[in-house]
Amino acid sequence: MATQPEDLRELMRRREYRAGFVTAIESETVPPGLSEDVIRLISANKREPQWLLDFRLKAYRRWLTMEEPKWAHVHYPPIDFQAISYFSRPKSLAQRPKSLDEVDPKLLETYQKLGIPLKEQEMLAGVASPVAVDVVFDSVSVATTFKQKLAEAGVIFCPISEAVQEYPELVKKYLGSVVPFGDNFYAALNSAVFTDGSFVYVPKGVRCPMELSTYFRINERNTGQFERTLIIAEDGAYVSYLEGCTAPQRDENQLHAAVVELVALDDAQIKYSTVQNWYPGDEQGRGGIYNFVTKRGDCRGKRSRISWTQVETGSAITWKYPSCILRGDDSVGEFYSVAVTNNRQQADTGTKMIHVGKNTRSTIVSKGISAGYGQQSYRGLVRVLETAENARNHTRCDSLLIGDRCGAHTFPYTEVRNPTARLEHEATTSKIAEDQLYYCRARGISEEEAVSMIVNGFCKEVFKELPMEFAVEAGKLLAVSLEGAVG
Amino acid sequence: MLEIRNLHATVAGKDILKGLDLTVRAGEVHAIMGPNGSGKSTLAHVLAGREGYAVTQGTVRFEGKNLLELPPEARACEGLFLGFQYPVEIPGVSNLTLLKAALNAQRKHRGAPEIDATDFLVWVRECARVMGIDPKMLSRGVNEGFSGGEKKRNEILQMLVLQPRLAILDETDSGLDIDALKVVAEGINRLRAPQRAFVLVTHYQRLLDYVQPDFVHVLAGGRIVKSGGPELARELEEKGYGWLEAA
Repeated sequence: MATQPEDLRELMRRREYRAGFVTAIESETVPPGLSEDVIRLISANKREPQWLLDFRLKAYRRWLTMEEPKWAHVHYPPIDFQAISYFSRPKSLAQRPKSLDEVDPKLLETYQKLGIPLKEQEMLAGVASPVAVDVVFDSVSVATTFKQKLAEAGVIFCPISEAVQEYPELVKKYLGSVVPFGDNFYAALNSAVFTDGSFVYVPKGVRCPMELSTYFRINERNTGQFERTLIIAEDGAYVSYLEGCTAPQRDENQLHAAVVELVALDDAQIKYSTVQNWYPGDEQGRGGIYNFVTKRGDCRGKRSRISWTQVETGSAITWKYPSCILRGDDSVGEFYSVAVTNNRQQADTGTKMIHVGKNTRSTIVSKGISAGYGQQSYRGLVRVLETAENARNHTRCDSLLIGDRCGAHTFPYTEVRNPTARLEHEATTSKIAEDQLYYCRARGISEEEAVSMIVNGFCKEVFKELPMEFAVEAGKLLAVSLEGAVG
Repeated sequence: MLEIRNLHATVAGKDILKGLDLTVRAGEVHAIMGPNGSGKSTLAHVLAGREGYAVTQGTVRFEGKNLLELPPEARACEGLFLGFQYPVEIPGVSNLTLLKAALNAQRKHRGAPEIDATDFLVWVRECARVMGIDPKMLSRGVNEGFSGGEKKRNEILQMLVLQPRLAILDETDSGLDIDALKVVAEGINRLRAPQRAFVLVTHYQRLLDYVQPDFVHVLAGGRIVKSGGPELARELEEKGYGWLEAA
C-alpha cells in the first residue's frame, strides 16, 4: 500500500476544471478575421469618438509590421489571427441593461454557478463585507454592482466602453500612457481590437470604500477576449482591485490578450490582485486559453505604491509580466506571484521593475509550482537608471516540482546604471518532497490533504497579500488544481 | 499489541531485514540496539509504511490488524507513531497547522468530532511546556530552521499531543546534549502507561539511563540476535557489538 510516485502523478493529473461549462445563449459574433473594417465595426458598434478609432487604427497598422515575440520559453503552433472572432456579445446585451433586473437570467445563472451571485450580493450588502463587481462576458460588460455607493465616495467604477462615453477626457488622458499602443505585439493587437474591461478612477484623497472586482468570462467558441483595464489613483488615493477569469472547456485554443494600465499619482496606492483560472486544456494539452497579457503600473507620483499579486492556475500558455515603473521618488513596486503549471501547461511569467526615481524600492516574490509535464519559467528584469539614487530591490524566486517530468527555469535580468543601487536575489528549487508527504501521512494526514497543506505553505507569503476572502478562495483553488483520487 | 513474525524487507533491491521476530505487549518499553546498517531504521520505516520499503515475507499485526495492508496515515490513525531520526522541514506550514490537521484526522478516524480551537491551543501549549518549547515556535514552519535538538524535541511534542498507543522512536537521542536528552526522556516517561508501549531504536545506551526499558534486543544482520533485560544494554556499552556479530 505504499504510495508510489505514480500515485502522486495521478493525483496531480486528475485535476478537475469546475468552471468548464458553456452557457447556451444567443450571441452576436462578428465573423472571424481582422481588418480595418472589423476595427471600424467594433468602434462604430460602441459609438466611439474619432480619437479612439484613430488610436485603434494606428495600433493595427503598427501591429501589421510587428512579429510575434519568440523569446519566451513556451512552445505552441502558430496562431492564425484571421481565424479568431474579435467581437462577441450576448444578444440580450445589445442594449446595456440599466439594472440587474434587466439582465438575462441565464447570464446571472452563469455567474451564480461560478460562485459570483450578483443579485444576492447587492442584497447582502451591509451584512457581509461588500465587493463591487463588474462582470465581462466575452466582449461586453454585463453589469457593475454598487455603482451608486461608489459614486457617493466619488469613485468611478464602470466598463471602459461606458467610461469612453461618460468620461472621455479621463480615458483620453490616460489610455495608452502606460502601455503605448505599439509597446509589443499583443499590446498592439489589444489596442486595435479591445472590446471591454473595467475603468476605475479614485479621486484625490479618497480611500475606495470597498474592494473592486472584475470577473472575466469567455463563453463563445473561436472568440478572443481582448479586455482593457485602466485604473487611476489620484494624489493620496487608495484602491484594491481584483480580477478573476474562467472559460468553458473546449478542444481548441482561445486567445486572451489583455492590457492593464495602472497610474498612481503622489502618495497613491493601488493593490491589484488576479486569480486567473482560465481553462488550462486537458491532460494531453488539447484546448485551453493562450493568456498573453501586458500589465504595467506607473508609479508616477512621489511615494506612490503599486502591488501586483497574482495566483495563476489556469491557461494552456501564460505570457505575462506585470511590471512597475518607479518614476516618482520614494515610490514602491511589489510583485507577488503563485503560478501553477500542471499536465501540459506552460508559463513564462515574472515582472519588470524599472527604477527611475530616487529611493525607489521594489520587492519580487515568485512561487512556481510545476507538476505533470508542466513547464514554468520565471523571467524578471530589475533595471536601475542613472537617476535612481539609492534604489533597492529584493527578489525571491522559489520553484516547487512535483514529479520528475516537469520543469522550472529562472531567467533573472539586471541592468544597473547607478552605483548606489542595492539588489538582492534569492532563488531555490525544491522537489515536493516525498519525505514531506510521508512525514505528514505518518501523523495521520491523508495524502491529498498533505499535498494541499504543503503547497499552501509554500505559497503563504503570496496569499497573505491577497484580500482576505480571496486568500481563502485562492487556497481552495490551489487545492482543486491539485485534487484527485488518492490511490 | 505488536506482533512481528519472520519479517523480511528490501530497500532498493537490497535485503535488509531477514527474518525478524518481535512481540511487544501493552505497557512495555523495548529498546532495539545494534550497529550501524543492521536494519534498525528500516524496521521503523517498514512499521510506519514508508514507500520503497518492500516487505517480501512475514507478517506484522498491530492490535490484531494486518498492519502491512494499511497506508501510513491509517497506521497513524490506529495509534502508531514514528518519531523520525531526521525530522522533515515543511516551510510555511506551521507546527500548529500540522498538529491540528493530524489530531483532527485521527479523531475523525475514531468517529470523534473536530477538536475545539481553544481546547486545542490549551492542550498543545501544555505539551510544549513539558518539552520546554517556546510557544512562539509553535507558529513557526514545521522544523523550519530548527536545530537538531529542537527537531527531536518537536518529535516528542507531537507524540505528547497525539497520544499514540505505540510509539517507535528512531534514534531520538542522537545529536542531543545531556539537558535535551533529559527533556526528551521526561516526555517519554510522562507518556508511559499500562495501555501504551514504546519501541526505542537507539545506537547508544545513554537514553536508557533515563528511560528504563523492560527489554533490550540486539539487531544485527537483519535479525534479532540477542534479547535480554536492561543489563544487556550495559553489557553492549562495555563490549560493543563485535562479540555478537562474530557469534
